Amino acid sequence: MAIKKFVVGSFDDEAVLFPAVKKVRKAGYKIHDVYTPFPIHGLDQVMGLRDTSLHTAGFIYGITGTATALSFMGWVFTRDWPLNIGGKPNFPLPAFIPITFELTVLFSAVGMVLTFCYLCQLAPFVKKHHFHERATDDLFVMVLECTSRTNEEDAKAFLASVGAKEINVQVAEADWWLGRYDKDEKLFENKAEKSLA
Amino acid sequence: MASLRYESQVREPLVTGTKTYHDVTQDIVRPIEMKPSFLWKVGFTISVLLLLFGVYSVYREVVYGIGEWNLNKTIGWGWDITNFVWWVGIGHAGTLISAILLLFRQGWRTGVNRAAEAMTIFAVMCAGQFPIFHMGRVWMAFFVLPYPNTRGPLWVNFSSPLLWDVFAISTYFTVSLLFWYSGLLPDIATVRDRAREKWRKHMYGVLSFGWTGSTKHWQRHEALSLVLAGLSTPLVLSVHTIVSFDFATSVIPGWHTTIFPPYFVAGAIFSGFAMVQTLLIITRKVLNLEDYITMEHIEVMNKVIVLTGSIVGVAYITELFISWYGQNVYEMAAFQNRWDLSTPYGWSYWLMMGCNVLAPQFFWFRKLRRNLLFTFFMSIIVNVGMWFERFVIIVTSVYRDYIPSSWSTYYAPTIWEVGFYLGTFGLFFTCFFLFAKYFPVIAIAEIKHILKKNGESFKENMVEEERATPEKFAHEHAH
Repeated sequence: MAIKKFVVGSFDDEAVLFPAVKKVRKAGYKIHDVYTPFPIHGLDQVMGLRDTSLHTAGFIYGITGTATALSFMGWVFTRDWPLNIGGKPNFPLPAFIPITFELTVLFSAVGMVLTFCYLCQLAPFVKKHHFHERATDDLFVMVLECTSRTNEEDAKAFLASVGAKEINVQVAEADWWLGRYDKDEKLFENKAEKSLA
Repeated sequence: MASLRYESQVREPLVTGTKTYHDVTQDIVRPIEMKPSFLWKVGFTISVLLLLFGVYSVYREVVYGIGEWNLNKTIGWGWDITNFVWWVGIGHAGTLISAILLLFRQGWRTGVNRAAEAMTIFAVMCAGQFPIFHMGRVWMAFFVLPYPNTRGPLWVNFSSPLLWDVFAISTYFTVSLLFWYSGLLPDIATVRDRAREKWRKHMYGVLSFGWTGSTKHWQRHEALSLVLAGLSTPLVLSVHTIVSFDFATSVIPGWHTTIFPPYFVAGAIFSGFAMVQTLLIITRKVLNLEDYITMEHIEVMNKVIVLTGSIVGVAYITELFISWYGQNVYEMAAFQNRWDLSTPYGWSYWLMMGCNVLAPQFFWFRKLRRNLLFTFFMSIIVNVGMWFERFVIIVTSVYRDYIPSSWSTYYAPTIWEVGFYLGTFGLFFTCFFLFAKYFPVIAIAEIKHILKKNGESFKENMVEEERATPEKFAHEHAH
């Protein structure tokens, strides 16, 4: 939990946003994040974000599913309770393929979605600070973090010079907390503070 | 910015009218923010009533047993399994549109994928009811799960197609749900951030999982969608393949054919697209979404319908040919029980042929593909036809078995069998009405993503070559 100061600039066109991000980075400002209403291809590279390895996670979950299905069915039919069904083999691999495939997909999909939610800190009742409520509508919101070396006024002027339409300074919690969107207080913290007081 | 993708000049815009990003949000979210209309209330009430009738029908079946249905020793699978396969089939279009068309980079999927995925999920929910209640002792349904039990443990038979079905359908439902919901998150956040009422802010706040639109999150979101699409593509093909294994691995003449998996998958896509048409033609009209679900969308889906309908037709004819070519008396008898109009169920075979093979051929005409009323009518015809396909496959293959003395019964459903079917319609439409009222029926973020590429008002931003008329292009580039 860290309360920080941010300089927020909103852009109304992604064609302006791209060069702006480049210039802001070149000028040495620290970009906290850019919030956009839809995925903008290439923006992650321009911002210098590393590629996600969610695919790799998905692959690992997938082979876990394959291994689970095959070993479990194999164990049941050869060790735990072998049945002689018309003299057929106890480990009929072709007959195991459908379930093996389904479990591969299931493990991979469920695992990836959970990993995605964990990495992005997405869950019911999770709340984050929203720098601009139109960031999910039609604005592209660039948020600069103020470090000890940042001059607020300079940063605001710089954002204006690269094409930001609305510029302001916000002091906000950078992390997530548990809360409701119709109320401002946090779900758990406030109760503890009240009892202390 | 230079674009890597070349937009053909004959391609119609996927979003018509002059739209900004804000207009897109406005158009799609507005129906959610308005009070439910009178028509919505009427439709919703009818759906709930149907659902209640279904619940009562199922209650009778649970209390009095399978005897409440007209199934008998000879016809062990009747309306229930017919309905199961029919609903599962309908549940195929959504994932096909969202997954396979994503991999093939078909831009038009963005207008229809959300509603089609929702339809998929609701259809699979309906489908699942039938095999579960067909078990008779439904309170024992958990026996199909391989869990350590006190009976040995006695495990399920992993080599049985019926068990494969359990895994296939439940995996399909789970993965479709995850795919659908992960795509919904950003759009729910859009609704949340526009909400003024407290309950709405709270409800959509919880449902949005605290989505912010961070670039890193979008990057992961894109990766997730792509991999889920890659996983769903073989999954959607596997599900109906496995459903067809229920029949194909048996030794019943008429079911025991190798053509079943591709034939079932084509039929599933066929009926699924028909249901998407039925729903979207109404939805776009009622919610004023004609700019997003354009005639182009309708036409493209009609093309899929005529293609898959013809594949199904080829399969029907192949089956007939092989039954004659194989010269197996039982196989030939089974097929004569289908096509021969003088047999008790001959009429259903020709109804199926007419609806599935002949009727869609009208879609070779562009005028008819772009005719809303005709498309709507055809979508109903196709769904009727596809229901009869499953009925023909199931009932006509079993009603005359190896003992002629057990042939006499003409299988017709009881009111409670029909009621169960109607009840699933109630469930389906109740869910769809709720979805259409409380969730964005079109993927807002995805529409915004393609807006500047495929929107009508952005055509002038394209390079000169892309803007040229087809005549000019042909003149300059043809040899």
